[in-house]
Amino acid sequence: MDRLRSPEELEAKRRSIAESRDPEKPCITICDGTGCHAFGSGKVASAFKEEVEKQALESKIDIKVTGCHGFCERGPLIVIKPANIFYQRVAIKDIPEIISKTITKGEVIDRLLYTDNTGNKIIHENEVPFYKKQQRLVFGNNGYIDPNNIDDYLFLGGYSALSKALTSMSSEEIISQVKSSGLRGRGGGGFLTGMKWEFSRNAQGDIKYIICNCDEGDPGAYMDRSLMEGNPHSVLEGMIIGAYAIGCHEAYIYVRNEYPLAVKNAGIAIRQAEEYGFLGKDILGSGFDLAIRINRGGGAFVCGESSALMASLEGRAGEPRAKYVHATEKGLWNKPTVLNNVETLANIPLIIKHGADWFSKIGTRNSTGTKIFSLVGKINNTGLVEVPMGITLREIIYDIGGGIPNGKKFKAVQTGGPSGGCIPESLIDLPVDFDELTKVGSMMGSGGMIIMDEDTCMVDIANYFLSFLEGESCGKCIPCREGIKRMREILTAITEGKGREGDIELLEHLATTLENSSLCALGSSAANPVLTTIRYFRDEYEAHIRDKRCPAGVCKELTTYFINDKKCPGCGLCIKPCPTYAITSDGKGKPVILDQKKCIKCGSCYDVCKLGAIIRN
Amino acid sequence: MSIEVEQPEKKINSILEKYEHDKGLLVSILQDIQEEYNYLSKEAIMQISQGLDIPLSQVYSVATFYKAFSLKPRGRHVINVCLGTACHVRGAVRILEAIERELNIKSGDTTDDLRFTLETVNCVGACALGPVVVIDGEYSGQMKIDKVKPLLEKYS
Repeated sequence: MDRLRSPEELEAKRRSIAESRDPEKPCITICDGTGCHAFGSGKVASAFKEEVEKQALESKIDIKVTGCHGFCERGPLIVIKPANIFYQRVAIKDIPEIISKTITKGEVIDRLLYTDNTGNKIIHENEVPFYKKQQRLVFGNNGYIDPNNIDDYLFLGGYSALSKALTSMSSEEIISQVKSSGLRGRGGGGFLTGMKWEFSRNAQGDIKYIICNCDEGDPGAYMDRSLMEGNPHSVLEGMIIGAYAIGCHEAYIYVRNEYPLAVKNAGIAIRQAEEYGFLGKDILGSGFDLAIRINRGGGAFVCGESSALMASLEGRAGEPRAKYVHATEKGLWNKPTVLNNVETLANIPLIIKHGADWFSKIGTRNSTGTKIFSLVGKINNTGLVEVPMGITLREIIYDIGGGIPNGKKFKAVQTGGPSGGCIPESLIDLPVDFDELTKVGSMMGSGGMIIMDEDTCMVDIANYFLSFLEGESCGKCIPCREGIKRMREILTAITEGKGREGDIELLEHLATTLENSSLCALGSSAANPVLTTIRYFRDEYEAHIRDKRCPAGVCKELTTYFINDKKCPGCGLCIKPCPTYAITSDGKGKPVILDQKKCIKCGSCYDVCKLGAIIRN
Repeated sequence: MSIEVEQPEKKINSILEKYEHDKGLLVSILQDIQEEYNYLSKEAIMQISQGLDIPLSQVYSVATFYKAFSLKPRGRHVINVCLGTACHVRGAVRILEAIERELNIKSGDTTDDLRFTLETVNCVGACALGPVVVIDGEYSGQMKIDKVKPLLEKYS
């Protein structure tokens, strides 16, 4: 492939790709995102290819293995285009039937369809309730793209925003468009992207850098990886436009090493972009040069913080520094540096293509556009959802997420990762945007949304986040290093029944100190999980401290398991899973016996008993 | 025997050359070496320090800062129990405890026969399947305590 040397050559290339494709030819798109892959979609995809080969149908059917479609709960997912027939939980044994019935005869296979909560079978992808309320501007193309084939991206209009920016816009115009679009950073901070670009553009010096932050460290958040894995060119295009706008010629993608597929797909995308002339010297004949390199992170949560990330890029331990000088002036190697999150960058081509006005009409006044959330935890429809800013929590959790499994009661939603907060049921009609989440003590963060039900203990959750942050604190500043440790110790003591009067006030005091005196956001926001759980679930703390009781039955030291003799038929199902042989049979038809001395409270028996005969209290 | 001693040196040299002896790529260099030998030996760390012309203390500080690196040999199979929030609320800690009981080691340790190293990870992004255990890159989802033993028996 020769490099494309002008926008005209790009459009000619696009036409030739379109001409070579038959829009009526059936295409089976198979989601191979992390969720589906773990359900075995890789094997399903190979089996599809084999079957098509075996029946010599290559000229009649296309098979496309794509990145994440979002609806992880029902994986492996396939969508048959152009009719958009949606099949879920597809297994290898279903493949011959899909080809002989759906592809050849156009018949729909009932058992593979999604059934909604009223029992209706749904045929088309866009009619599935999970997708209906979403507005998938950034994420939606994943389903159409083989991430290792740049032509798929071009076919959908890819790199036309870059071509527009390079040929018809000055860097000031680009920055002004991004500014007036209102786009705010999707990685957590929520700073205006256009402002960041402007600061860096105006900073002194010839050498400047742009870095894409794909060090997604928030547990329970995986939208950045899914974008990088599924549609890497959209991120590259945003980066190239950004680099042109700020006047930089060297860029980096910083990826978590735990994301091998994101590393691989980004690498392939960079090579293809270089071959086509979207990277390298004289991009599309504009005279602008840019090289992008990939750096892998070493598994440190703090490296999501900008100055720590840059230290890591320089080959040092990822310790943050004080921020009286901003990275946009002195960042990587002390040069002006812009750090943008994956999702932020993937929004850029849309803004350039459709204009700032179009973008700013989506979402709310101060939080424009859409946001991708990962909806996980105790929720029926686990997956990635992209919604306009301002949608309510209720719509996300019930209309899209399908509510709480097993008839349990919704208790709280945790947003913003370990630095975020827990939002209680009473605030379920809260519109979700940057400012509203901050107002209730939480934050947007990178968009993790962990749903908790009545079986989740809020003190345990606070303890969990603090243990996480204790391990991830880099140790450079004392408030964070010592303060998190002390708070964690107090929380652990409370969960073990050793809580004392005054602990809650002490936690509040420590949390406020951390908020005011930590060097970076890891420490200052470590207060959030503690303060929000105290603010909204104080009664649970008090039950642990005063009554030595864990209302959710999670904290081991405060929980006892026993057998309800009236309900136990003595089936013995609980005997085998018990690791300490604490449960014994007292003969057929008689309730089993649980030896409290041997019981380690692992909960194995509770999990297997479907009759409610094991009581946890 | 002398060949075996020489080989790691050569391999590490070729990794250093692949990254053009760029100090800024220390993390990537260590990752490649870790992937090759499954841990960072004292000799390897010293060679990198010389090869990149940076103080040994700096290589050591980076090698001990990041979770991805180990200074001790690891087991033939690496178990990663996901302790992400979604897995946590679905009972991941109980799965971890079950594995600890089964192997008689604590998280972070390696069994004496070098069969398993048990580690935890903060999220593998397969939240729909939580709790998730990853062994040598293979995901096992919707884990239950009684699924632990049969799962471990698959690995020798």
